[in-house]
Amino acid sequence: MNIIVVGLSHKTAAVEIREKVAFAPTQMEKPLQAVVALPDITEAVIVSTCNRVEIYATTRDVAGGMARIKRFLADYHNVPLETLEKHLYSYHGEDATRHVFRVASSLDSMVVGEPQILGQIKTSYGYAAEFKSSGIILNRFLHKAFSVAKRVRTETKIASSAVSVAFAAVELAKKIFGELSDKTVLLIGAGEMCELAAKHFINVGVRGVMVTNRTYERAEKLAEEFDAKPVHFEALMETLPKADIILSSTGAPHFIIHEKDMEDVLRRRKHKPMFFIDIAVPRDIDPKVNDVENCYLYTVDDLNGVVATNLEQRKIEAAKAEAIVEQEIGQFFKWLSSLEVTPTIVALRTHFDEIRKAELSKTISGWKDLPPGAEKKLDALTNAIMNKLLHQPTSVLKRTDQGNRNDLYVDALRNLFDLEVAGESQDNMMDLED
Amino acid sequence: MNALLFNCTLVIYAVATVIYLAYLVKPKQSLGLAGFWLTVAGFLVHLGFTLDRFVEAGHTPITNLHESLSFFSMATVGIFILFERRYKVSILGSFVMPLALLILAISATFSAVIPPLNPALKSKWLAVHTIMAFLGYAAFAISFGVSVMYLIQSHFLKKRRLGPMFQKLPPLDMLDDISYRCLTFGFPLLTFAIISGAIWAETAWGTYWSWDPKETWSLITWFIYAALLHGRLTTGWRGRKAAMLSIFGFVIMLFTFLGVNLLLSGLHSYK
Repeated sequence: MNIIVVGLSHKTAAVEIREKVAFAPTQMEKPLQAVVALPDITEAVIVSTCNRVEIYATTRDVAGGMARIKRFLADYHNVPLETLEKHLYSYHGEDATRHVFRVASSLDSMVVGEPQILGQIKTSYGYAAEFKSSGIILNRFLHKAFSVAKRVRTETKIASSAVSVAFAAVELAKKIFGELSDKTVLLIGAGEMCELAAKHFINVGVRGVMVTNRTYERAEKLAEEFDAKPVHFEALMETLPKADIILSSTGAPHFIIHEKDMEDVLRRRKHKPMFFIDIAVPRDIDPKVNDVENCYLYTVDDLNGVVATNLEQRKIEAAKAEAIVEQEIGQFFKWLSSLEVTPTIVALRTHFDEIRKAELSKTISGWKDLPPGAEKKLDALTNAIMNKLLHQPTSVLKRTDQGNRNDLYVDALRNLFDLEVAGESQDNMMDLED
Repeated sequence: MNALLFNCTLVIYAVATVIYLAYLVKPKQSLGLAGFWLTVAGFLVHLGFTLDRFVEAGHTPITNLHESLSFFSMATVGIFILFERRYKVSILGSFVMPLALLILAISATFSAVIPPLNPALKSKWLAVHTIMAFLGYAAFAISFGVSVMYLIQSHFLKKRRLGPMFQKLPPLDMLDDISYRCLTFGFPLLTFAIISGAIWAETAWGTYWSWDPKETWSLITWFIYAALLHGRLTTGWRGRKAAMLSIFGFVIMLFTFLGVNLLLSGLHSYK
């Protein structure tokens, strides 16, 4: 049985295309059942997020299965296959496994290390489980992907540093103030990045936000959005001492906060530290403010520098994560290959034969006046019984037309009789944490 | 027995210091925990040493440089343990434990013999005066360590050098807060130590204050810390300025303790 994946992501398709082929998360039943109804496809899981749409499936016919899924994607979303095809990637076997491990570990994400993707895949898998489109192989496949992602998260520092300017600003503020719950943010102007940073500060729970703008109406409007307090621009100097974190992005052609003002501002706030983030170009805040005691000034370039350093650090961590992924691929394939029928039949026969021989020798050794030739006859008898008993299950296993039930039987037999199949590790799928 | 306990303490503090310095280089949580529990173990042995010596000498064992430095070191470690638990900052150990170890190591270079007690020292004030003084010193020592950390962290933030060391150091506000708490703890103790010393001097020599070098320098130290505390409470001295003054205060305090005793002659010189 082969695992295949067909899909597209932010790396291969623009958002216009991704939108067209996305599946609505609330209506997964129909497409999932349509995929498993395709000829030769036995199991399916559909992952659909704003950055990727992927269909994982199992099939005995790799090329045919891939072609059918591509056709399904095009037909289902009414997109010409020719248009769609150049954006699609498809993998099978080891490559498909590597792909899902990397996706789940967020190594294939737009922002490497972002944690959302794992939750999204778990939700997708949840639908597949609910609508019974996934079976023994994809169950194991995705649980393995979850455990790999967990290993990556615990063993590397891939997600430990801020990789956006807004997050970097929050992290820095925490290094100055520790707790932010009793701190006040002042927003000067209304640049997009400024708003984004303000949202991050609100998310981590600052005490309050004040907004000021040259046009007071704009300040009022923004304040409403953030549940903040609007302040007249003329009152900036009186307001400054009340603010701990100042985010500035006005379109002013010259500095609006000067070094010489700071002495008074700091005195009025009893020299409690202030953190200035100047996102405006040209700058709003005199760089000399950074030289003032207890004032810390960062410009957008400084924050970008922080982000770049963190991204560099992430690259190193990502390399460690890739190594973990490679290790785990091997393990998964050992399990998959152990699902092949022949080794299981061999293992089953060996298991029964060992029992038979052990019991036979126990009986014979305790038998004092055994007639000559009886030993051979007993051996033949027990052998015949064993063969008769194993005939039916063996022939069922050897039938190739029963789709994923075969894997189910193989897995069941191996669990029922505790069979040692070459190369198999004994970790049970159900033990894997999700 | 006494020497054995002392040497054990020295070894445990040394290992804890090495672990804490390693923690500075590689911030593994396990290192921080190991350093902490080893420090606690060392402190208990150190306490055992001090109590044992108390029993053996029959009076508070803070009568010569060996004993004083040892007690100073123990008090520093004790207060460090309290702050570490309160703020959960392992890295504080990387700055305080080397200092505590150094003080104890210097103590080891002085004679450990218990001499007969000078008649003037035979007083109930011995315990009150010395224990208060050294607990105060210990609080100032922690404040010193934290202030050094503050200056480093503030430098990183100003220069935008946000490397691994920056990541490990606690937020500025927390460092400032610890330093302040050390002062509010240490300053009253120092004050009471000076007052109890004066009362003791009156009973021993018939005069409260004789401008002996130790008394003079104690007063200087007291003024520095008083100014710092006053500045913090009224004009909002904080951050770098407070940290630098705290470091300066600690240096003066060390001179009051060691410099005066070793270099200048007076009632406190252990000669």
